[in-house]
Amino acid sequence: MTTKTLETKPKRIMNQVAPTPSAENDSTDALDSTQYAIEAEKLNGWYGDFQALHEISLKIPKNQVTAFIGPSGCGKSTLLRWFNRMNDTIFSARASGDLRLGDIDLLAPSTDVVDLRRRVGIVFQKANPFPKSIFENVAFGPRLHMQLNKSELSDLVEWSLRKAAVWKEVKDRLNAPALGLSGGQQQRLCIARAIATGPEVLLMDEPCSALDPASTLAIEDLMDELRDQYTIVIVTHNMQQASRCSDKTAFFFEGRVVEFDTTETIFTKPSSQKTEDYVRGRFG
Amino acid sequence: MSEATPPDDRMELQEDPGQQDQRQQRRLRGSDGRMLLDQYFRVACIGIAGISVVILAFLLGSIIYQGVPSLSWTLLSGTPEPEPSEAGAWPAIAGTIWVCTICALITLPIGIGTAVLIEEFKPRNRLANRIFSAIQLNISNLAGVPSVVYGILGLTAFVSMFGLFGSLKGGESSLEIGAVYYDQFTNLASDPFLSMGAENARERYFLAPVASPSDPPTVATSGMEMFEYQGDQKVPVKISVFDPFGDLPSDPEELSLAIAADTIPGRISEKSWYYFSLPFGRGVLAGSLTLMLVILPVIIISSQEALRSVPSSLRDGARGLGATPWQVVWNITLPAAAPGILTGSILAMSRAIGETAPILIIAGIVYIRNAPQHLMDSYTVLPLQIYNWTSRPQEEFHAIAAAGIVVLLVILLSFNAIAVILRQRMQNKVR
Ligand SMILES: Nc1ncnc2c1ncn2[C@@H]1O[C@H](COP(=O)(O)OP(=O)(O)OP(=O)(O)O)[C@@H](O)[C@H]1O
Ligand SMILES: [Mg+2]
Repeated sequence: MTTKTLETKPKRIMNQVAPTPSAENDSTDALDSTQYAIEAEKLNGWYGDFQALHEISLKIPKNQVTAFIGPSGCGKSTLLRWFNRMNDTIFSARASGDLRLGDIDLLAPSTDVVDLRRRVGIVFQKANPFPKSIFENVAFGPRLHMQLNKSELSDLVEWSLRKAAVWKEVKDRLNAPALGLSGGQQQRLCIARAIATGPEVLLMDEPCSALDPASTLAIEDLMDELRDQYTIVIVTHNMQQASRCSDKTAFFFEGRVVEFDTTETIFTKPSSQKTEDYVRGRFG
Repeated sequence: MSEATPPDDRMELQEDPGQQDQRQQRRLRGSDGRMLLDQYFRVACIGIAGISVVILAFLLGSIIYQGVPSLSWTLLSGTPEPEPSEAGAWPAIAGTIWVCTICALITLPIGIGTAVLIEEFKPRNRLANRIFSAIQLNISNLAGVPSVVYGILGLTAFVSMFGLFGSLKGGESSLEIGAVYYDQFTNLASDPFLSMGAENARERYFLAPVASPSDPPTVATSGMEMFEYQGDQKVPVKISVFDPFGDLPSDPEELSLAIAADTIPGRISEKSWYYFSLPFGRGVLAGSLTLMLVILPVIIISSQEALRSVPSSLRDGARGLGATPWQVVWNITLPAAAPGILTGSILAMSRAIGETAPILIIAGIVYIRNAPQHLMDSYTVLPLQIYNWTSRPQEEFHAIAAAGIVVLLVILLSFNAIAVILRQRMQNKVR
């Protein structure tokens, strides 16, 4: 099932082109001093007067897959969107507390969100390919951030599409409109698009909710493969998925982290009754 | 009845046949009535649509019937002569093209830019938000203002520029670029009174450059260098001044270079294609800017609508990849909204092409023999020319007016056709 055969080529490309040398120096050093990619400390989040996040304290470990589970509306997406400041466009959204990526204060107004989002990529629940060609979709991020020549760019696009397990289906029609792909293919294209910029952290908000089992497995393999180089945070409603592919799991309920532990602990001997009920499928 | 309600058919069995019949009939009639209503509605729709199509076809038919016989090359390329058989609309057609092109070049960037500002760069700050809503309200209101009002506004704001640069009397502007002034002298031979002494000389006109339009008239002296047009070329010539009642040179060439001592020159100006003046005067630029006022609200509103219909998930996608707000707008939102923006702009431009009232106020009904040469040149437009012709008493002019309408319609239709093709292309590229 795994696509380990790809390992040699992509690695080479990765080292060649992504991420850009300067960013690598800044960030990797900073992250090396700790083993956590993102740290939240007593984070509160509001939409207007409605408090969506209560006292969230979490440490997302580097180069591991962290799963967020919890019933609908419990604030998983909200937290994820604070990780790369996607909430900036929601005028009513604000947050207090402490949230950092390495040594970057993610809540500071002065944070360079453009650079931050290059380093923290996001994949949304609903596939949102741009109304452009498949190639242009994947090349969009690299074109913004890297100076690549034509062949480097097409290598990177191919690498990203292979990683996202969609290369076979699109390799003959890279110049066709992306909106002509099926929903599942579109979602994998969006994942390819997100990893093409070489982010350190990849946020995935229910990336598989529109996918068939085969594509879902492909995405899970992808996460398995990427965990060496990337930190992955995945929101999922699929308990099997969380238990299959994550190292750590956080259970959310009504805007609070009820339990955060290794995936094994959460699924076998959770300390909270709520967590146990949820993972056993008794509510939510 | 108990809580276990029997099914409908069993209930009917318990009733007497007559009642059952009635009910069935009612039910039938009910569905019949619904279907009939459906039918009526469809017929009504077809009828209403038909009426408008018939009216349109009738109008078009009568215009084409009247106008096509008068369509001719003269009409397209000629000048508006007073003789119906020689009347042409070229200055008006050229004026329409000039005014609408410049109007589009100015209005589209401003209109689309405003829409992008309002839709894509909404402020967080409450005061700025208030200002934005006020602007929005104004734009919506301006779309409904009659165009005559814009004509009057344009007259004050663009033609005379609130009198900031002095009054426009005598067509003189206080600030000019690209105009050269000359004093024009006539030679002896072109003076009907003096030409008796110079029968064997040909008529010539000489130009003496003057530094500024307010300079006193040039005094001609013998041996002075002036210019003369030979074809399109301006060549220097040496003139000599003579007392017209004294002895004249016998050489015809020398005689034709002679001007009378008391000749009073006429002040003329030569304007290059980039001629520019303040205030704008009744020129092409003032007309274009006035039309801009008319169509700007329409373009802004339709562009806003197009931008609003771009799903925000696309913006989020681009933002999530680290695109700056400007990159999001330029690479994602604008291309996705382009078909809609294009449609709105084309509709607005069609309106500009047909707009008469503000141009009538700005340009007035003037007799124009040439296509405009520069932005400040006087001009007329096709609708105005048509209006002019229809108000003439001669029957023949009415036929020519109809032909002018056909030309206007062809311009409008080809304009719309280009838009439809462009839009189709754009949509095919992304689907
Ligand atoms: N833009 C918004 N404005 C106001 N309230 C919002 C907004 N987005 C989310 N919320 C509220 O914040 C709470 C958390 O929402 P969030 O989207 O984070 O939930 P979630 O855990 O991702 O749910 P799901 O599993 O259904 O995606 C919900 O109660 C929701 O109604
Ligand atoms: Mg969510």
